Amino acid sequence: MTTSVDTVVREACVSVGHDPTRLMDVAREVQARLGCIPPAAVDAIHHDLHVSRAQVQSLVSFYAFFDDHPTSQITIRVCDDVVDRLAGYDRVAKAFADELGVTIGQTTADGAISLQRTACIGMSDQAPAALVGNVVVTDLSAERARQVVAELRAHRDPQRLIKKLGDGNNAHPLVKAMVRNNIRQAGPIVMSEPRRGEAIRKAAALSPAEVIRAVKTARLRGRGGAGFPTGIKWEMARAAPGARKFVVCNADEGEPGTFKDRVLLTEWPDRVFAGMTIAGYALGAREGILYLRAEYAYLRAFLEDVLARRRSDGLLGRDVMPRRGFEFDIRIQMGAGAYVCGEESALLESCEGRRGDPRNRPPFPAQRGYLGCPTVVNNVETLCCVTRILDAGSAAFSELGSRQSAGTKLLSVSGDVSRPGVYEVPFGTPIQDVLALCGGRDATALQVGGPSGRMVGPADFERTICYDDIATGGALVVFDSTRNPLEIAHAYMEFFEDESCGYCTPCRVGNVLLRKGLEKVLAGRGEPSDLEQFEQIAKVMKAASRCGLGQTSFNPVLSSLQSFRYQYETLVAEPAQGRRRGFDLDVATAEAARIRAGGTQ
Amino acid sequence: MSKPRVATTSLCGCFGCHMSLLDIDERILALAEIVEFDKSPINDHKDFTQRCAVGLIEGGCANAENVHVLRRFREMCDVLVSVGDCATTGGIPALRNLVPLGECLHEAYVAGPSVHNPSGRVPDDPEIPLLLDKVYPAHEVVKIDFHLPGCPPSADTLWEALNALLAGKPLALPYALLKYD
Repeated sequence: MTTSVDTVVREACVSVGHDPTRLMDVAREVQARLGCIPPAAVDAIHHDLHVSRAQVQSLVSFYAFFDDHPTSQITIRVCDDVVDRLAGYDRVAKAFADELGVTIGQTTADGAISLQRTACIGMSDQAPAALVGNVVVTDLSAERARQVVAELRAHRDPQRLIKKLGDGNNAHPLVKAMVRNNIRQAGPIVMSEPRRGEAIRKAAALSPAEVIRAVKTARLRGRGGAGFPTGIKWEMARAAPGARKFVVCNADEGEPGTFKDRVLLTEWPDRVFAGMTIAGYALGAREGILYLRAEYAYLRAFLEDVLARRRSDGLLGRDVMPRRGFEFDIRIQMGAGAYVCGEESALLESCEGRRGDPRNRPPFPAQRGYLGCPTVVNNVETLCCVTRILDAGSAAFSELGSRQSAGTKLLSVSGDVSRPGVYEVPFGTPIQDVLALCGGRDATALQVGGPSGRMVGPADFERTICYDDIATGGALVVFDSTRNPLEIAHAYMEFFEDESCGYCTPCRVGNVLLRKGLEKVLAGRGEPSDLEQFEQIAKVMKAASRCGLGQTSFNPVLSSLQSFRYQYETLVAEPAQGRRRGFDLDVATAEAARIRAGGTQ
Repeated sequence: MSKPRVATTSLCGCFGCHMSLLDIDERILALAEIVEFDKSPINDHKDFTQRCAVGLIEGGCANAENVHVLRRFREMCDVLVSVGDCATTGGIPALRNLVPLGECLHEAYVAGPSVHNPSGRVPDDPEIPLLLDKVYPAHEVVKIDFHLPGCPPSADTLWEALNALLAGKPLALPYALLKYD
């Protein structure tokens, strides 16, 4: 190490103007340059930024992409989302482990490469995938994994692992990724031909109130999943007192199985930034933040370049709407690997340099958000819709879709289908039509809206995708008849157990109870009362959890129980003689018997 | 009509719940009027003489013998009640669940600061029941019909609960009997 810890920290702090709320950037910089954030760096940050040691420490321990001790030069993070597991995660992870001579979570003896597992990295359409440093490696096989290790050993440069660049902007000199867009059905609204600058020009001809009215007339609702009317959210923020307001674009696309925002940021970044700018105008904000998940760091330089270009073209900065006296700029805030930061209030905490603990509400972000100022947090796709509405008009937008759900929805389709990728379909499209489009002929189970959404069976395939029937943030994972719904639910519960921030008990404990309960049922040791208990735990979690994570994370169990109850029921039985089937005396005494027989203690 | 029979046992508990039962004072005479005690430490009957209406379980399961006794209770009693926090949750003994069994025994019999054990052996007489890997609440081992929380449940709580149970009435405990701080 050529530079001292103190120097690195000092420079990182100077680069953010010693702003303590930019702790995330400081931590990322230190992590990038030192390979970890050691206790000495925690001390130095505490001194330079005047934040408590506890705050720095808790930040380092919270985010998956921060380490408190040196790990390695290169970290391989193998994605072990359910879709990756279907596609061969086990073989790939084993190949990595064998070739490196380590197990998951360890570093090679020479300190060069460490191996970790990670939650969905937004590449379900080209699984199994892994992150090598910041470089995304897709379509892995055991053989390819061994090659990756051999190559890294030879040149230690993750970028050189990319042999063939992906399509579209994935081949852009600032992206250079092997990621493929997999746009299977584009248009007519979100993924349509861009007309750069047009929407902002049209918005400038309207008053802010008229812009909000246009969005309300289009009946636009949030695309992240919850479906809150965008215009009403904007109105709240506009009406909230305060001179300083913010627009935040939530690009922390962490819901496993979702990757449509990745494609929008790659191919339609101007549309996203235009939407943020229009939102800024509508609610009277001059500052915007794009919160980009750490897994998409490979897009950062490209997005920064798009921002710079927009500044020089007068689409950002001082000259956006000179006659209106409106100026607006956007900065990119990088995340550091935490699913819960997709929850808007946790995302704001993260932006302010803290752990991603969700906040209590009210106040809502629109009232008191980033730095206590009124803040609108919108999904990437929502903002693309905004741009389109202002450009093509509210009527052109709302004529598509269903009554309660205007416009189109991007779906990220993956799993057991022949054509995984992104599909833009009008709201109100039946699930079976989507299955026909993507080649999911043998589908028997469908996870709609990611793990926190619901698992549906063939009985529900006639139902439609929209807010008042089957609502979704966009993830659609298809499972064929060879898959076991209980095992899928179990994998999702493991995910939630990992990602729960641990702040409130119903979520911290509930997810573990459900995961263990599923294991018991899967092992053939469940009882009918266990199924009742699942429902009871879900009820408590829904009522008493602090944020959306715990209020929905029981869904894999609850919805598979609803859709595939018979599969659960074949596995459970009433206890004989009142003896719990989950308790096995031989197993429980095995350890003591071993110790008594003189085994090692 | 013969009196309903009641059996009680203390598994991995401290007998505090039984002491609390004795704490009903002179009401024990009234209790003896309406029930017959079967297997119980109170009368020192070692095994069941016949089927019982009610079994009161104090303590969780920490060893194989606890499990056998509890299963025997399930077999012989119409209604089983977990009495007190150890039966209900594992209680204080379950603190050992945080430590692997081998380390627990090593600390208790070999390495503990007050241990004098020149042989350095952990007791291994076959007569000693095998410990379980962890302490289990009663309802994880057998089906339990009712839980009565408290450490211990007060004499009044036990009295009210027993009377309601024997009379076949719903149990409505006043707040004071369910409040522990």
